Formats: sequence, structure tokens, C-alpha cells
Amino acid sequence: MSAIRFANVTKQFADASHTAVDGVSFEVEAGSFVVLLGPSGCGKTTLMKMVNRLYEPTSGTIFVGEDDITTLDKIVLRRRIGYVIQQVGLFPHMTVAENVGIVPDLLKWPRDKIKARVNELLDLVELPPDEYATRYPGQLSGGQQQRVGVARALAGEPEVILMDEPFGAIDAITRTTLQDELLYLQQKLHKTILFVTHDVEEALRLADQIVIMREGQVVQMDSPVNILRQPADAFVSQLMGSQDLLRLLRLVKITAVMTPLPNTQNTPPTTFTLPATADCHTALSLLLPHPEALVIVENEAGQPVGRVTLADIQQLLRAEMAEAA
Amino acid sequence: MSYVLNNWDIILRLLGEHIWMTGAALLISTLVAVPLSLVLVRSEKLTTAVLGFLSVLYTIPSIALLILLLPVFGLGRTAVVAALVIYSQIILVRNMVVAWQSVSPQLMEAAAGVGMSNRQRWWRVQLPLAMPIIIAGERVAAVVSVAIATIGAKFGAGGLGTLLFDGIAQNRYDKILWGTIFCALLAIVLNQSLLWLETRVASAPLKSA
Repeated sequence: MSAIRFANVTKQFADASHTAVDGVSFEVEAGSFVVLLGPSGCGKTTLMKMVNRLYEPTSGTIFVGEDDITTLDKIVLRRRIGYVIQQVGLFPHMTVAENVGIVPDLLKWPRDKIKARVNELLDLVELPPDEYATRYPGQLSGGQQQRVGVARALAGEPEVILMDEPFGAIDAITRTTLQDELLYLQQKLHKTILFVTHDVEEALRLADQIVIMREGQVVQMDSPVNILRQPADAFVSQLMGSQDLLRLLRLVKITAVMTPLPNTQNTPPTTFTLPATADCHTALSLLLPHPEALVIVENEAGQPVGRVTLADIQQLLRAEMAEAA
Repeated sequence: MSYVLNNWDIILRLLGEHIWMTGAALLISTLVAVPLSLVLVRSEKLTTAVLGFLSVLYTIPSIALLILLLPVFGLGRTAVVAALVIYSQIILVRNMVVAWQSVSPQLMEAAAGVGMSNRQRWWRVQLPLAMPIIIAGERVAAVVSVAIATIGAKFGAGGLGTLLFDGIAQNRYDKILWGTIFCALLAIVLNQSLLWLETRVASAPLKSA
């Protein structure tokens, strides 16, 4: 079932010469993480803001769940949708607890239920309530503010979460941490997330599906691996850096190239171990200085399930190059 | 000093009248300025025009303005309060327009995004954040009103101005002195208490922001 469906959506601003969003149609599966990616001015933010009706489409229809959103009251719709923007979106005169509890408060939940929900969410984003609930956003770091923003978006138990370049103004190291935390949260919560960014690495790290936009139109929609392997045109290829094989290695799990155990004959001079969730890029960095070495792949329980050699990765690269040629 | 000790009842009554005029003027002009400024923030052109007009009103000498208002309001406190309301408008409206604009459009959009109605956005986000600048305007308007309200004595409205004009007429320097001192004290007390309120409203959330 699709959680969000765009049907031929067009947005023409009165004072603009070109069309901001031009006949866009696609579906976002429930529980999937979809990233809208494109250069600035491509219409990705405009498209997102039409989902919670901050903008109204000039033509076309948007469905959230079963409902054509124009049939719903705007205010009711927005309380059903989590919304995260850059840290300017926190209310500076409200405490962290008040910010996180704003949607439940607007939904008129009882006071003790709001408090319990706020504490639960602050724990979830690793800001212990005892320490952070009564602080103001101005007293938090950029990364902490962004976590409060994510907690606030989750508070009203929304079906859909919209995230508009949430990590855009955050330093690179913190951004990677926040991305990891977001992926971890998503594994637990399975929300439908529509995420806008112009950062290709961010899109590749986070997305189940990437929607690439250019001049108001969708150029390609596919999984990160498929977009790297089969860019729709020269624009996508250039935007994604599709010729960059190392980038592709990050997206291929080592389990895809490993030889399952038991198959270990003679123990090589050096061995490394990696979890099954690691990618081929990580394995390659370990193996390059030690070409004879072996990477043992372990499952969640710490039991060895397979092995990867440099030859396995080279084989993958050769296959990719053959496909690209 | 003997004048104060012997006439404290009169002075208290005049002080009361002065506070009444200033307070009523501040209350009414705030009630006018809030909706006016909220309309103005929607249009830059309108803001320029209206603020220009209010500035012109501000330049009319107080005696002249009161004489103009007499046919409408008659002699007494009502006319003085009306004049104070007119003078306060430029100060309050200008400050309020700046105050509303000081709340960033992105923040207002975020407030809409979490599902606040227009009224909730104003009441819960825009007003609290605009409050320090609005109170700063009230403070200036209060001090100006205390000064201008002294003219009320000439128009049968009483107030501390009575001491000043009586003193001049009777060549009583003690009356002039005490009238001036009480006017100044009233202005200082109003200024300081509103200043306190202003920093209190601002400090909690915005420190280290």
C-alpha cells in the first residue's frame, strides 16, 4: 500500500517564469525511506511542502494513505504528519519538553500522557529527560537540536514524516552520527519518511528509494544501487558520480560477495572480522594493505557465517565495469 | 518638604489622576495598536504610509492637539486620554511592526507545519517572541505619556500638572519643584518596572540562543 501518492502534481508560482513542479507522479510505499534529491531549485522542497499543504498544487492530486489531502482539514492533516526542518524550526521560547510535546498538546492529549510520551521520545533520541527536558533550544548543540526536531516529529504518532534538509546546517561528523541514528530509529519504527536533500552521499546512505528531480520533473526513481548502476541519463550519472566504483562498493553488503562457511581450508596469515551489515568498501579498505588476508563475516550472534577475500571484491568490480561498458 | 507633608492628600489625588490618565491611555492605545500593526505587517507600502501619517500627528504641539479635540470630547480627562492615545500610536505601532517582523518566517512556517491554526501561531509563537520589543515600545510610550499628561491641568483634567501651573501662577517654587519631582519619579518607576518585565520576558528562553 502506498503511504503517499503524487498524481500528476504541478505547481506554478504566480511570480515565477518556470514551473516549480511539473507533472510529478510517483508513489511512496508505506514504511519506506524515500529521498528527494536534486540541485537547488529543482522543486524538491516545493513538492514536499505540498504534502502538508504549506503549498497548494496548481493542478494534480496528492494522497496521504487513502485520502485526497484536499478533502482533509489542513490543520488535522498536519497533525497527522511529522515535519522536520533545519534547527530554526524549534520554538526558542519553549523548553525541549514543550517543543517535543507540541503536537500531542495540540491534539489535546491528557497532560500525563504527553509527559510520558515526551520522556519516551527523549530517551529514544538519547537526550535523557532528567537532563534535557527543561532546557531551551538555545542551550543545545546543533546536533542535539536536530534530535529534538526528530523527537517532535515523532510525538503525534504520525503515519508519515517529512524531513526538509534536516542535517543541512550541521558539521560533517555530527551529520554522519545523526544519519546513523535516523537509520537505527527507522529500523525500529518503520515510518514512512520523505526526505529532501541535495547531498548525494546522504541520499545514498539513507534511502530505500531515491527520487532524482531536475527542473520540476522526476528524472529517475530507483534504489541507490540501481541508480548508480543504471543512471537514466547523463545528468543523473554526473549528479550521482555513477562512474565512481568505490561509491558503489559502499552500497553492496559483504554478504553479497562472501563465500559461505564452513569452507575455510587453511588459515591465512591475517584475518579480520566484520559484521554482516558491513559494506564492500569497508572490506576493501581492510584487504588492500593485506592482499593475502581474509575477512570473516559474523552474524548478529557473533558466529562466523562466511568469508571474503580481495579476489571476491575484484570479481564484483569486474562485473560492474563489464555492465557499465 | 513642609509643602509635601502638609498637602500629601492633594498630591496623592493628583498623582492618582496622573496615573489614571497615563494607564487608560496606554491600555487603549495598545488595544488600537495591536490590530493596526498586525494589518500593517502584511503590506510594506501601507506601513510606510500609516507610520508617516502617525509621525505627522506626533509633531502637532500638545496644546494645539487638545484644543482640536475639545469639540469632540469636551473639557476633562477624556480629551487628555484621547490626545495621549494619538501620540502613543506612532511609538507603539512602529515597535509592534518591528516586533512581529522579528519572528522569522521559517519559524512561523514550522508552527504551521506542526499543525497550529493561525490563532495558535500568533498566541503561542509570534506573541511570546515579539513580547520584549512590544514592551520596549510600551515603556517609551509610558514615559512620554507621563510628560504630556501634565498639560491636562490646563484642560480641567487634574494630574500633577496642576502643581506646575498653580506654582507658575502663584510664584510658588515649592509647588513647581514637587510637581516636577513626582512626575519624574512616576516616569522612572514606570520605566524601571517595564524594563524589568522586558528583560524577564526575554531572558529565560533567549539566553545563549
